[in-house]
Formats: sequence, C-alpha cells, structure tokens
Amino acid sequence: MKYYRAHVLIGINETSLQAGAHEFVSALKNELAKLDLTAEINVLETGPLGFFGRGICATVYPENVNYENIKIEDIPELVSDHFLKGRPVRRLMLDSGARFSPKFNYENRIVLRNSGILDPENVDEYIGAGGYEAWEKALLEMQPGQIVDEVKKSGLRGRGGAGFPTGLKWSFTAPIECEQKYVVVNADEGEPGTFKDRLIMEGDPHQLLEGIMIASRAVGATKAWIYIRGEYKLSISRLRHAIQQCYEYGLLGKNIFESGFDLDIDLKIGAGAYVCGEETALIESLEGNRGNPRWKPPFPGVKGLWQCPTVVNNVETLANVPYIIKNGADGYKKFGTPECPGTKVYTILGDVAYPGLCEADMGTTLRTIINEYAGGMKKGFRFKAALIGGAAGVILNERMLDVKMDLHSLNQYAAVLGSGAILVMNENTSIVDMLWSILRFFRHESCGKCAPCRNGSQQLYALINKIKHGQGTVEDIDMMLLISETMQQTSFCALGQSPVMPIRSALENFRDEFLALIKE
Amino acid sequence: MYQEIMTKYTPTKDNLIYILHDIQDSHPQHYISEEAVQAVSEYLSVPTNHIYGVITFYSMYSTKPRGKNIIRLCESPHCYIKGSENILRKLKNTLNVSSGGTTKDGLFTLELCACLGVCGNAPVMMINDDVYGDLTEEKIEEIVAKLREVK
Repeated sequence: MKYYRAHVLIGINETSLQAGAHEFVSALKNELAKLDLTAEINVLETGPLGFFGRGICATVYPENVNYENIKIEDIPELVSDHFLKGRPVRRLMLDSGARFSPKFNYENRIVLRNSGILDPENVDEYIGAGGYEAWEKALLEMQPGQIVDEVKKSGLRGRGGAGFPTGLKWSFTAPIECEQKYVVVNADEGEPGTFKDRLIMEGDPHQLLEGIMIASRAVGATKAWIYIRGEYKLSISRLRHAIQQCYEYGLLGKNIFESGFDLDIDLKIGAGAYVCGEETALIESLEGNRGNPRWKPPFPGVKGLWQCPTVVNNVETLANVPYIIKNGADGYKKFGTPECPGTKVYTILGDVAYPGLCEADMGTTLRTIINEYAGGMKKGFRFKAALIGGAAGVILNERMLDVKMDLHSLNQYAAVLGSGAILVMNENTSIVDMLWSILRFFRHESCGKCAPCRNGSQQLYALINKIKHGQGTVEDIDMMLLISETMQQTSFCALGQSPVMPIRSALENFRDEFLALIKE
Repeated sequence: MYQEIMTKYTPTKDNLIYILHDIQDSHPQHYISEEAVQAVSEYLSVPTNHIYGVITFYSMYSTKPRGKNIIRLCESPHCYIKGSENILRKLKNTLNVSSGGTTKDGLFTLELCACLGVCGNAPVMMINDDVYGDLTEEKIEEIVAKLREVK
C-alpha cells in the first residue's frame, strides 16, 4: 500500500467548480510532479469540507490546516512553503489562529462521517471504509421483517420535515403482497436556505445508495427512484457515477449476492417546483403530471406511484440506515436523546464566524451549535435572531438560544427541524423585511390547487407589503395571524399549513418591530 | 427533429418531463414551441392541455423564446438579506431588461427563481448550467462582459 506524507483534500462543489477547481487540481499536480513530490503528497477531490469558504478550499492532513480562496497563482508558494518546508501559508488559511477545526464538526458521526475524507467518485474507498457491509448483512443475514424491526427499534424519524417514524412507515408497506412496490427518495430539496441533502449526495453518494438498497429490501421494492432537483448538477453526476459502479460491482441488478433479490435504482430529474417536496406532489411529478398534492388517505405507502405501494423517504433519513443496520439499533441510540435518537445535519449560515456544515446529536442546543460548530458570532456582530428551517421555519430570539434542537423539545415547531437550515441574523437585520421575503416566496410557490393557500398566500403578501412600507395598521398584523392560522387548519398540504410558523414566531418574538412600522 | 429526441424515451406519460427538458435544451432559444407541444402530444398520446399544464407549472420551462444565456437570480430569503435586490437592479441596468425579459440582441434572459441550494455563497445566480456565487455589483459587470465576448 502506498503511504503518503500528506493528503490535500480539495472540496469540489458548485462554488469551487466556478472558481476553476479542476484546473487548480491539475496545476497543483503538475507543480508537485515538477518537484518530485507526487509519491509523497496525495491530492484528492472530495465533497464538502465542513466550512463554506470562498472560492477553492482545501484541507491538508495530517496538519488539519484549512485554506480558502486559493488560486492557481498561489500554488508555487503553497507547495514550496507548506509541502517542502512544512510551513502552512498563513495568508491563505481559513483561521490562522487554528482555533477552529471544521472537520471536528462531523468527526465520529453518522451521516457525514465520510464527507470530505473519501473520494466520493470511488466505490473502493467507500467499501474500504466499511461501506456496503450493511447491505450484505441486510440481504444475506436478515429477513425483511427484521430490518423493519431494527429500524423501528432505532427510533429513527424522518429527516424531511414531518418527523414520521421511519420504521413505522416501512411497516405499512412491507406486508402488502403485490407485484410491484417502489422506494422513492425525496431529493427535491427546495426549502430556502437548505442544502444539506445536496452536501450529503455530493460528499458520500454511496451511503445514500446503500440506504436505498436496505429500504428496498425491507419493504420488498425492486425499483427505486431518486427524485432530484435539476439544479443539482454535481449531485446528479456523482449519483449517476455511483449507481454505475454499483452495477459493475454486482451491488445492484439481478440476483444480488445470489440472494434472489433484484433491485434497480434510477434518477428522475425535477423541473423546479417547491411543492414537489411534498410526497404526493412528488409522486404526481414522477408520473409526468403537474406537481399538485394528492388527497390522503390512501397514503403513498399503500397506493403511491402508479397506484403501487411506495415508500417515500428523505435523503438524510436513508443515509442513516446503513449505520443502524451495521451497528444495530442500540449502537444508533448512543447518539441523541432517548425520545429522539440519532444526529441531525445542519447548515449554518449568516453572521457567524465560520458558516458551514455540521452534524450534531439530536437535542443539542442552538447556542451550542452556533458557538461550538460555527465559531460563535462574526466579530463585531451581536446575535439578534435565528431563522430555523428556511421559509417554512421559525424565527427565534436570544431568549430561545437554549432550546434543545430535537423533534420532541421543539414541539409545535418540530416540523422546522427537518431542513436543518440555521440562518443567524445580526442586530441590523429587519425581521419585517425577512418575513416579507418569506411571504413573497410562499405567494410564488403556492401550487394553486386549494383555495386557502392560493388566496391566503396572496393576502399575506399584500398585508406584509403594506406593513413593510409603513402603511399597515395593528389590525393588519392580527389579520396576518388569523389568515395564516386559517390556512394551517384548512390547506390541502404542508405548504399552505406552513406560513403560520414564521408569522407566529416573528410576531411572538419581535412584535415591537412590527408595531414600530405601524401607521399612526 | 423532435422525433429524434422523443424516440430516446418510451412513449409513456412519465417521460414527459424528460422529453420537455431535452426539447427545450436542444432549441437555440431555450423554449418549447407550439409545434413541439403538438409533436409530444402525438407521441405520448397525451392531450396538449395536459402538456401546457405541466410546462406552465414548473419554473424551468418556458413557452416563450429566450436568450442564449438564461440568468436565474435567487430571490429567496437568504439571498435577499445578503442584497439580491441590489444585484437585481444592477443586472437590470447592465442588461437593460426587466425581470422576465430578453435583451434585444438575444444574448440574455433575466429570470428570478427560488432557492438554488448554494446559500453558503449568497447572493447567488445560475447562468445556464453554471452557478455564480458571492455576487457583487462589480462582479456582475465582469460576468456580463465576459459572456458578451463569447460568440
């Protein structure tokens, strides 16, 4: 086996590709070859590195030094100073004090344990890290019923928003006897500010595939679809590549591991509609229709895609499954709280010192997430509010920093946890402005099927627009709440039921700001 | 021309979204014409009103001719607080179009869109298949100038 003195991991994502990451990598390799360092220094293209630096970012091990915004012109200095003389180039470092270590953010975790470490385009690396062992176990040592039971016991709940227990969902579909069942992966991530699923797919596509395989075996589906949004070009190409590798290795296809079980996985590319994140709307879209949600019941687990029993799971949910099968429900329960085991992937953005990606135990407080995983507030800024969960989210104030982030503790706001988006705002941010932007979004994305959402989202926008421009009255504020509560009770799907969350939380926590703009 | 694209897919309704993507991408003006809808309708045995329903539902499709470069600027909350309104104004001024419009030379169409999932680099826009992040007004000028040079 080859032994390298140092590993340079280059984060390949939408941003770094734009900055010319591929050209950078080949230039770096050329420079290393010139100095005869190719055998000592390993250059690897990988997924998210845990921080959202600008331009091309890299992490160098074993020193664990993070560089951001490095350019081709910097290569000679980088190679001669760091790789020859062993002195990291301070001016390019993300944190020259080296107090902050983004890798820490998901070390020894579940979903992201391979992200930014393995080459996501190489199945051998995934297998080398223990990948597909759970698939083998699920296929050869376990009966479908046992898999469902193990996932039930683990307490895994859906990471898409609704937080429905995954094992229970599977148990509705598993016993149905019919010719065809499906597993559908919801990778139509459209919640504003949310992109954890993209990072999971870019960083470790094989883990998702393994989760899909196990789910398919558990419920008896022989065909799985990944419904992914068209904008996620890199995720699409990495998943396609990963699926191809699985066929070559006999991990997919006919009679896998001579177990008699067949499975095919295919991608479906979406065409841009927020509502398609709703599971029945997603199924409609898969069938080639407008993405209007369906009436429930029957639930998709009984009658879904082409009227066949269909399990719809979120990307992050399925990425948890291989760990559960490999380490057992008890191994999984070591993470998180008793009521809500496991971890949660967050993307932290806004006015924090180190915006980035982290995976924290369920039940970690918001304060810990901001301070420990994102390095606290950006210098010179004070915390004012955090928007958790994107547009269908809640706006929390300083008093609520110690709220535990799990489905149980967030209680009436539990739905917001799924997206994992945390947007931290400083004291200069206007909450009214923020809410205006959120309500504009809902007005645009309402699919128009049901009247409460179609009309309500228009009215909400009209009211917030009035308030924002100083023309509102106190009655308008109350009317916003009334309309959104009515929408919550009467709308057809979760989209129309959501605006109440940002509105109610904004009014509860920042009512003064709305009153200050009221017309005298 | 449409036949060639369509016959790559089996004539079942679930392939509609794919076929529409391909037809739109193959057209130099990035849109789905009336003739195309007619052809797809015959191929899939699906009424044209269903196809129009689908096209107008999803934000990535257009029934109007568009420019060579389609700019999609994110206007979701995160980009908004990071100043996407200023970027929009700058784009409108630089290109001399309103949102949804196409420049006279047919080079650019300016559209607004919901979250692109690249919020770590807000404000963000996509031009065709490429993402442009950390936008500033100066950067807009550079990007537009560069694309104008490409023949």
